[in-house]
Amino acid sequence: MAAAKLMHDPYNLIITGVGGQGNVLASRMLGNVLTSQGLWVTIGETFGASQRGGSVMSHLRVSEQGSWSPQIPAGKAHMVLALEPLEALRVLVKYGNPRAKAIVNSRPILPVAAIAGRTSYPATEELEGMLAQLTAQRWSIPATDRAMKLGASIFANIIMIGALAATGDLPVSREAFEAELRRALGHAKVAVNLEAYDLGVAMVGQ
Amino acid sequence: MEGQRLTMMGNQAITQGALEAGVRVAAGYPGTPSSEIIQNLAGAADEHGLYVEWSINEKVSLEVAAAASLAGLRSLCAMKQNGVNVASDFLLHLAGSGVRAGMVLVHCDDPGALSSVNEGESRHFARMLELPLLEPSDFQEAKDMTKWAFELSEEIGNLVMLRSVTRLSHASGGVVPGPIPAPGGQARFDHHGSPRDLRHGPVSSAPVGYKHRLQQEKLKRAVELFEDSPFNSYVGPESPELLVITSSICNLYVKEALALLDARDRVGVLKLGTTWPLPPKLLQRHLQRCEQVLVVEEVIPFLEENVKIAAAEMAGEIGAKKFFGKREGTLPAQGELNPDLVLKALAGILDLPYQARPAQYDRLAQELAPQATQDRELAFCPGCPHRASFWSLKEALALDDRDGFICGDIGCYSLAMRPSGYGLLKTLHAMGSGAGMASGFGQLGRFGMDQPVMAVSGDSTFYHAVIPALINAVHQKSPMSLVVLDNSGTAMTGFQPHPGTEANALGQPVPPVDIEAICRSLGAEVTVCDPFDLKATQAAAVGLLADQSTAKVLILRQLCALSPQRKGTKPYEVRVDPEKCLGDQCGCNRLCTRVFGCPGLAWEKESGKARIDEVICAGCGVCASVCPQGAIIISEGA
Ligand code: SF4
Ligand code: SF4
Repeated sequence: MAAAKLMHDPYNLIITGVGGQGNVLASRMLGNVLTSQGLWVTIGETFGASQRGGSVMSHLRVSEQGSWSPQIPAGKAHMVLALEPLEALRVLVKYGNPRAKAIVNSRPILPVAAIAGRTSYPATEELEGMLAQLTAQRWSIPATDRAMKLGASIFANIIMIGALAATGDLPVSREAFEAELRRALGHAKVAVNLEAYDLGVAMVGQ
Repeated sequence: MEGQRLTMMGNQAITQGALEAGVRVAAGYPGTPSSEIIQNLAGAADEHGLYVEWSINEKVSLEVAAAASLAGLRSLCAMKQNGVNVASDFLLHLAGSGVRAGMVLVHCDDPGALSSVNEGESRHFARMLELPLLEPSDFQEAKDMTKWAFELSEEIGNLVMLRSVTRLSHASGGVVPGPIPAPGGQARFDHHGSPRDLRHGPVSSAPVGYKHRLQQEKLKRAVELFEDSPFNSYVGPESPELLVITSSICNLYVKEALALLDARDRVGVLKLGTTWPLPPKLLQRHLQRCEQVLVVEEVIPFLEENVKIAAAEMAGEIGAKKFFGKREGTLPAQGELNPDLVLKALAGILDLPYQARPAQYDRLAQELAPQATQDRELAFCPGCPHRASFWSLKEALALDDRDGFICGDIGCYSLAMRPSGYGLLKTLHAMGSGAGMASGFGQLGRFGMDQPVMAVSGDSTFYHAVIPALINAVHQKSPMSLVVLDNSGTAMTGFQPHPGTEANALGQPVPPVDIEAICRSLGAEVTVCDPFDLKATQAAAVGLLADQSTAKVLILRQLCALSPQRKGTKPYEVRVDPEKCLGDQCGCNRLCTRVFGCPGLAWEKESGKARIDEVICAGCGVCASVCPQGAIIISEGA
């Protein structure tokens, strides 16, 4: 299969969120979609203790040439897909650069220390301001809220993938995504997942 | 899927390699980052005719796999770094006795302790026990090398160790799968020959003199094969300024760092896949290239030391070298490496400037860092039975008021060292160590120690290593109490079955071994409670502490919140009644959010009252019994 053209090689994408949000699922699906386009995808993940509220990151390296380090070097992210706004900031501070873009799910998840009142979570406008300073382009989308309307917060992952596809940065097509859905989930859940994907596409706009 | 490049997780690539080699029996004990190997093989068992089991602990799993090898079937055993320590007694014997059909031990280390409480290395077992060691450096190699490891094992007649790390096992990359042989194979253990007959005699590491000499000859044969192995490769100029010697996933960090520094024409990279014993001729050829050598590896300087020994032995031919690595501090000898650390080391040696991003942006990022880096401390899941259990133990210890404490071990409940479990664990070591140490603390009353001691253990851990410690406590009359946090599965690693479950790794029905019955048969007093019933649990815990005459067991039984049976179900609809919640005016000082601390609860800034976050709450209903005002309302059947 002929490889699709990339705007950077390797293209560095970080998917970030909080344990339990399901970003491992998102990175796997996205990885498979891109692999089906003939690209090499290297995914670095940490999980194991990730179910219990810690920060979770997946690093995706997309290349026409081969495997790259499963850890992206500091300052080298092209795109950050954040399921949680504070996690977007955490990632950008380390991996961001003036050309970095970000898609951010706007619903905060408070760290337990913030719930307990030992620390405070930044106010929405303040957080948005910081994210704006660290990105060249940024989309803030209510992915969890829309996902809950679809029936479960986990659909936020799929909405985010749709949003990413709409940016046109990576060759993610609706057809390839649908094929991956069928492979991963069987026919039963394809329709609602595609609905989530389309919602994401619409949120970023063509 | 044969022939088409797929993106596979490292552990999946290892599984695929084993299947392509025609593995027939696989066994292991769950431990991050190794668990998916046995899990995947169990999933493939039906189709490819395998026997796969989750054994009671790593030592037994190695014994199970060794039996298959001796009966002529290829076998694999997988475990995390700690497991090799558990298995090491048998490993020492097995290395001496040798194996028959190909047998591979896959051991996964966790540099940086990403999901462990240590970053202990298992590579040195290969040197200590005189076994060959392989280290794959990417995903394709993880598959190819696993397959070849079986052939090597058969060729030399001994076990082969294959070491992975978290960043390979849990990372994913391109792999082209190959064909898998048809199921089949006949098991038979041939034992009628003389003890010196390796293929037909009884099997043991004795007669020691004879077997040890043979073992070393096997290792020499492995080195001969390593000299020409395609898993060792060199990339770079004929005579570089610097030779990097590396192994495992660090090879990709070196590749990345050299690309960013644009230094590929100045630096040569010798990537070694066969890291013990090192092939001397190959090493000599490459060490001759230049005067400066940097060794890049994780975690402690294992490769570095072995290279240095080899370099000293061939000093006459290659002359003296300047070495950089962990011993003189160019690279850290703790924690995991990454491209940035390797880049920094290379930039220093080559005297190259490097800036990852514009200085102005970097300054801005530094300014925002304190906000961004606020810690997301790990916590028990919403609805986790452990939070409720530790809540009750905390209350009981406070009521008892003799400065009692809890000894812990490995599982989700290790988190009780941290605020989520109220910092109750005061010792945390190996599997089963909580019970063993409590058994020891319990004996110290004769020296005036008047603090009561408890131990906690999970259900899987109970079988793995707690039983001997409990027998010891009962038999030695140690007045300790063991609390078994029974959540009906190996929760931390993803619900692998254990001897207490009703199905095995293959999903077949098996007789569960009952923890309560074991404890009773040992003569321990046993109480069983549901930890979600805070009142009953607290009363039982207070009872344990009050009676310090003998070893006692409290089993707190409740399903893990993520267990397949509970996940996604909410037994209760939970809400806070804003009329009843007194908020900051209540004397409880935010007991629910500040102290109890379930992530499903939030403190509403505007109203100054508690609130349930319906996205996160698992509906266990426990917080309703925590609130002194009865402001948290639960209603059944959501
Ligand atoms: S995985 Fe299960 S046992 Fe572990 S913290 Fe979560 S709920 Fe508790
Ligand atoms: S009911 Fe209460 S304790 Fe249980 S998960 Fe929900 S918020 Fe947490």
